[in-house]
Amino acid sequence: MRASRTLVLMAFTALALAGCATAPPADDPDSVAEFQQTNDPLEPTNRVFYAINNGLDAVLLRPLAVGYTYAVPEDVRGHVRSVLHNLKSPVLLANDILQSKPRRAGDTLVRFVVNSTVGVAGIFDVATDWGYPAHSTDFGVTLALWGLPEGPFLFLPVLGPSNPRDAGGFGVDIALDPLTWVGQGATVADLGYARYGMTAVDARAGALGDLDKIKDQALDPYATFRSLYRQHRRSVIDETRSDDRATRPGWFGPSH
Amino acid sequence: MNMLTRRTLLIASLATAALFTRFGGVVPARAQSADQAAAFVNQTGQALVGVVNGPAPTADKRAQLQAIVDRAVDVDEVARFCLGRYWRTTPPEQQKQYLQLFHQVLSNNITGKLGEYKGVTFTLGRAQARDGGVSVDTVVTRPGSAPTAVAWIVSNASGSPRIIDIVAEGTSLRLTQRSDYGSYLSHNNNNVQALLEAMRRQVSAPG
Repeated sequence: MRASRTLVLMAFTALALAGCATAPPADDPDSVAEFQQTNDPLEPTNRVFYAINNGLDAVLLRPLAVGYTYAVPEDVRGHVRSVLHNLKSPVLLANDILQSKPRRAGDTLVRFVVNSTVGVAGIFDVATDWGYPAHSTDFGVTLALWGLPEGPFLFLPVLGPSNPRDAGGFGVDIALDPLTWVGQGATVADLGYARYGMTAVDARAGALGDLDKIKDQALDPYATFRSLYRQHRRSVIDETRSDDRATRPGWFGPSH
Repeated sequence: MNMLTRRTLLIASLATAALFTRFGGVVPARAQSADQAAAFVNQTGQALVGVVNGPAPTADKRAQLQAIVDRAVDVDEVARFCLGRYWRTTPPEQQKQYLQLFHQVLSNNITGKLGEYKGVTFTLGRAQARDGGVSVDTVVTRPGSAPTAVAWIVSNASGSPRIIDIVAEGTSLRLTQRSDYGSYLSHNNNNVQALLEAMRRQVSAPG
């Protein structure tokens, strides 16, 4: 309890001291170009949250993820991942439709129906073998396809690297999720927390080797994560945009 | 409105047809260089996988990997790219030191995690022209983790095909490295000497 209060106090002190990044002088065009390309006007504040998240990760999330990887065999973890992914189906479907990607929406719908029934509540991913591959998307991607720019880089407490578009999208995805609104009472709330907690541990476990390697090898891990996050989001958006597979599945035969 | 669309379409298709006849000779040449690049990536990949999964002791494996990397990767070009705008303002003596250190850092990073790659396999995908080179898609599979889409960017600029970038799941290795160095430099008064010292510490650090 005291530790968390100290952390919060540290955060605010640091924020008061940090504030905004200073733009380089206008007579140095190279530096100005770099400053604009980096597009991180809140960098000092972002770095404070990066340090805090790193601390939280070191004492909480990483040990949990290491323990989870150690205690649970890979194929069981795979089934856990399938269940969590299946629970996201309604949000996925909504975004597929909002992105006007009919084939992806069809994939999501069939996957949800097949995996929830034949796949026993999503434990087994039967649909992939039947020709309905998994994909993931979110409202941040939807906004990008609608033409909204990403805005400056943000490093958010707990959530990590982001930008105004993706942070807004994250909120919308929670609102779009029927499970946010269904049921009430302590049990439902606990199940909700369990789901979010499990999602976080699963995602962290999947990135164990990579994150350790980056922190180990980068001279400036913060800048490296910033670059990786942006590149990754851009590639997800491009991949979604160019996914114009025919709506008719392959096994249905040629269209003529 | 309909009329207009149809006319636009007609013009567009005519223009495309004209383009194909006009520059018809270019297409096979480009396809050939894409095939060459794909063959080169396949050959290099087979060699790497052969060493990683082979029976040789770790020290020998490291030396063999090093030899393949030196032959297949245009390390000097990658190094220049990673220093970005600082390269041309750096005096030749420092440039030389930087290139040496970059070679060492790269080889440490590649050969240091040898054990993690045991059992690795890959499949070759399509190859297409991109950014003055050819991008060759592969899917890399390691036991116990999900398959990863990795694209290899091959350039012929040095006379023979060499790898100049690796793009894993949409993230470019050299671009990421450049932001790392760029940010480090801008937080150290744009002083390349500070970067060289940091790289020297990395190279001499154990493990």
